[in-house]
Amino acid sequence: MSLLTVKSLGISFGGLRAVDDLSFSIEKNELYGLIGPNGAGKTTVFNMLTGVYKPTQGTFLLNGRNLTGMSTTAISHAGIARTFQNIRLFHEMSVLDNVKVGLHESISYSTLTGILRLPAFFAKEKAMNEKAMELLSVFGLEKDAETLANNLPYGAQRKLEIARAMATNPVLLLLDEPAAGMNPNETEELMKTIRFVRDHFDMTILLIEHDMRLVSGICERITVLNFGQELLSGNTKEVLQNDQVVKAYLGE
Amino acid sequence: MKKLREKMSLPIRKMVHTILGILVVFIVIQILSVTGVLSSSLENLMPELCFYAIIAVGLNLCVGFLGELSIGHAAFMSIGAFTSAAFTNAAADAIPSVGLRFFIGLILGTVMAGLFGFLIGIPVLRLKGDYLAIVTLAFGEIIKGILNVLFIGKDKDGIHIALINSNQESLDPETGKMIVDGAKGIIGTPHATTFTNGVILLILTLVVVTFLVNSRTGRAIQAIRDNRIAAESVGINVTKYKLIGFSISAAIAGVAGVMYAHYVSSLTASKFDFNMSILILVFVVLGGLGSFRGSIIAAVILTLLPEVLRGLSSYRMLIYAVLLIAMMLFNWAPGAIDFRSRLKERFKRRKEERP
Repeated sequence: MSLLTVKSLGISFGGLRAVDDLSFSIEKNELYGLIGPNGAGKTTVFNMLTGVYKPTQGTFLLNGRNLTGMSTTAISHAGIARTFQNIRLFHEMSVLDNVKVGLHESISYSTLTGILRLPAFFAKEKAMNEKAMELLSVFGLEKDAETLANNLPYGAQRKLEIARAMATNPVLLLLDEPAAGMNPNETEELMKTIRFVRDHFDMTILLIEHDMRLVSGICERITVLNFGQELLSGNTKEVLQNDQVVKAYLGE
Repeated sequence: MKKLREKMSLPIRKMVHTILGILVVFIVIQILSVTGVLSSSLENLMPELCFYAIIAVGLNLCVGFLGELSIGHAAFMSIGAFTSAAFTNAAADAIPSVGLRFFIGLILGTVMAGLFGFLIGIPVLRLKGDYLAIVTLAFGEIIKGILNVLFIGKDKDGIHIALINSNQESLDPETGKMIVDGAKGIIGTPHATTFTNGVILLILTLVVVTFLVNSRTGRAIQAIRDNRIAAESVGINVTKYKLIGFSISAAIAGVAGVMYAHYVSSLTASKFDFNMSILILVFVVLGGLGSFRGSIIAAVILTLLPEVLRGLSSYRMLIYAVLLIAMMLFNWAPGAIDFRSRLKERFKRRKEERP
């Protein structure tokens, strides 16, 4: 059984068919790419997979469980975590607190326990701090734990977003254009980080990307979207050499 | 002692410093009033400082941490005030001890205000920004309107509640007693609010909100403020945490209301109007969103100011407004912030240069 199965997924906004009849499946521990020209509907697919939009057609299953139409919160609890194209950090909170918000579900205590500072508070907070620092050190951010997220450099903000997503203890990680706005050196480093996350956490990753070096460098399989429809799927190298794909990107 | 200080996180350390500051001020004021230096009008103002500081701290939780602009907070204060004052008057025969009645009234008023915060929060918190502000304003007016026509009487048959003034006739003429008398409100509530219990409640409020903000719930509340979509994406139940934050903020406003009710001679709903809500919001904005200490200081200064300026008679409110503008500019204008940070730098350098 595939980890993620997407079956003829589609959504319309009024008369506009943003995504139409999209099907693909991702195996456990795979690095899968979703590419396509601007406006092809890639982020819309992510928004459907995380419950931000409700699909008007088709279903998707995580480990055989149908998650179609569930709320963002419920999908997060089911094990899908994501990052955003335009970084969405909790910018007025510290780096450490950003990750601790990610741990919200996995390490939990009640509001009253927090206000009354019961013994459980101290035990759980200690566990949270340890887990969060562990995650931060994986991404090389442990020195910035007390910094405001807003004051981090761009590349580090991207990393923090991944760290926060990983804190929710997901089985599938969605990365929306992780290399956007990065220079070649930063992209190189990011590729290492993504590979490391996959190996270290035994993670399955689905990513959207425009940077073809990154896609061909780390994705094993890809699906190409064009005007909301699947153009081609398969092995990264073969797909990228396909005439149709080149045409979709560069025009006639 | 040193170890303990290192163990505390920065927000907790700040809270401890603020509490110490409050206690120092409290002791100084006590000494001044015993030695007779403090004028009696200023002395009477002391409990007022406490309950305005309390409601400012509570509103800061809502505006600064939850990120929701409420301009109807006076309504929650009025609910706390009327609930507790009605209780302390109605139970006058059953419980002779004023202190005990005040304490039970405090709990009832706080819970009732929190409950209303919860109920009003369910529809209101679906809105965002300006829309939410306007609807909280409307709710404030509705509650004021209802309290204005609320009649509660008590006689040997029990409690009578009505929204029209037919109650008086149905009351038993011998044992009957009006508790809440419509627009005339509640009179004869015992003056149980003192500077001492005000300071205790202020410190308690400060501890509760600081502990709340620096816990799992507080982080969830701030995460929703900073980025709602991202908060949902990490599995936070946005509605639940917004309701928790709003209800606690309303409950704290209730505490201030209870103190208010046991401070004034006659409690009327018309006092809890739009002006009152805006005044509290001014405390919060002047003191700084997200700074409880700032809220307390702003509430104290702006409550003292009209009394201190009394000598200027008719120019009083003019000077008050000018000073308010000046303080706002000094606190929040970008140039002033720059100036203050440069001043701080210079002090730091001078300190370092000294051996």
